[in-house]
Amino acid sequence: MRIFDPHIHMTSRTTDDYARMAEAGVLAVVEPAFWLGQPRTSPGSFTDYFDSIIGWEPFRASQFGIRHHATIALNPKEANDPRCRPVLDLLPRYLAKDGVVAVGEIGYDSMTPAEDEAFAAQLALALDHELPALVHTPHRDKARGTQRSIDVIKESGIDPGRVVLDHLNEVTVAAAKDAGVWAGFSIYPDTKMSPDRMVTILQEYGPERVLINSAADWGKSDPLLTLRTGEAMLKAGFSEDDVDRVLWQNPVAFYSQSGRLDISDKSEVEATFAGNSILRGGS
Amino acid sequence: MTTLDQLKSELAGNERLTDDLRRVADKPETVAGLFPAAGRRYGREPLTGGWTTDEAARALLLSVSPADQVLQAYRYGDTAEKLAVLKALPLLPIGDSGVPLLEDALRTNDTRLVSAALGPYADRLGQEAWRQAVLKCVFMGVPLKEVHRLHDRADAELGAMLRAFAQERAAAGRDMPPDALALLDQLKEA
Repeated sequence: MRIFDPHIHMTSRTTDDYARMAEAGVLAVVEPAFWLGQPRTSPGSFTDYFDSIIGWEPFRASQFGIRHHATIALNPKEANDPRCRPVLDLLPRYLAKDGVVAVGEIGYDSMTPAEDEAFAAQLALALDHELPALVHTPHRDKARGTQRSIDVIKESGIDPGRVVLDHLNEVTVAAAKDAGVWAGFSIYPDTKMSPDRMVTILQEYGPERVLINSAADWGKSDPLLTLRTGEAMLKAGFSEDDVDRVLWQNPVAFYSQSGRLDISDKSEVEATFAGNSILRGGS
Repeated sequence: MTTLDQLKSELAGNERLTDDLRRVADKPETVAGLFPAAGRRYGREPLTGGWTTDEAARALLLSVSPADQVLQAYRYGDTAEKLAVLKALPLLPIGDSGVPLLEDALRTNDTRLVSAALGPYADRLGQEAWRQAVLKCVFMGVPLKEVHRLHDRADAELGAMLRAFAQERAAAGRDMPPDALALLDQLKEA
């Protein structure tokens, strides 16, 4: 099974996770910019974070043969802090990078006017930079938040085929499907979505325009739940090709719309570090 | 060493780059959007002298930019951009103002940045910082052939540092890289 995890926060994970992921068949990941648990208080801590997910993390990932790309944005929660908002002016620098394959995570947390403004401004940046958009749906008041996100996406003029609406569930999937956006599902140990529930959704809606991710971060999460979902699909009678479609071909197709996804020759990346005993970044 | 004029003549046929160089000369802040996009805009094909098209284009963009834009290009650069800035430094008329960039690269844990910081521009790095950088290369497994003027600059103090490191490795039952042992031999003979 080859796996592309289209949404995982590797900066919060250990090198042991990278090793386990590589062993499980994870060949590529996308790391969206998001919050870190502890709220930030200045644009500087955002840019250091962005530097990390376009610099240090790809280096770490490459040591395990995993291709790493990022998405860049001011997340909705911190868009509410006026001390953080100036980072919006620095985003164009990062959205020009080769390794940045979408604007994200944008969207809603509490659906405030500040979030409205940051969401619309960043959809405009996605259009300017010819990038797809990764839209986080809120964990509270989710159904209304999803509908409102779809309205904002439609208003922005971005092609819905270049947008993924993430963290969907049984209640919100139909609206996303109707809107023509990609449907993202985050498989979690006990909250957002589980492998078995995911199988049921796939049976009802099919594998088209579906992205399955672990969204593993600093909370209770598991980077191997993509693999577990593939296994649950096979057990439920899906073909290997269906599994490959949702765990590999779909994320490749979605992020290829950036024109920047580079999964062509992973051996080249591995060779860069061959011969160096630097698996710990020093000995 | 390759010069800016050589890079310029190699890329003379790249019209998009020629236009962009004019744009940057007129409006220096435009380099912020062009520099990261160099591979996508101008290509990545290999050139002569160990350069690629995107690296050479980045060096030329920096050559028409004021020094503060050079520092910003590094500050906000991803790894490939930072490597391109470090490679361009000896070609740029910026005096010693790029030395803090070497110091930044040497603080990282990325072997590519550490070795790129020890090119010809490292002649401007003080001897103490340079010795620490060489020792860090040995520690990280960066081949010492990457270090510019290694044998000219290596001194007795670097020899003492390497000997102490070799003792630690020996005590732990671990090997020293052969290039570091060869350097120690050279310093013993001196």
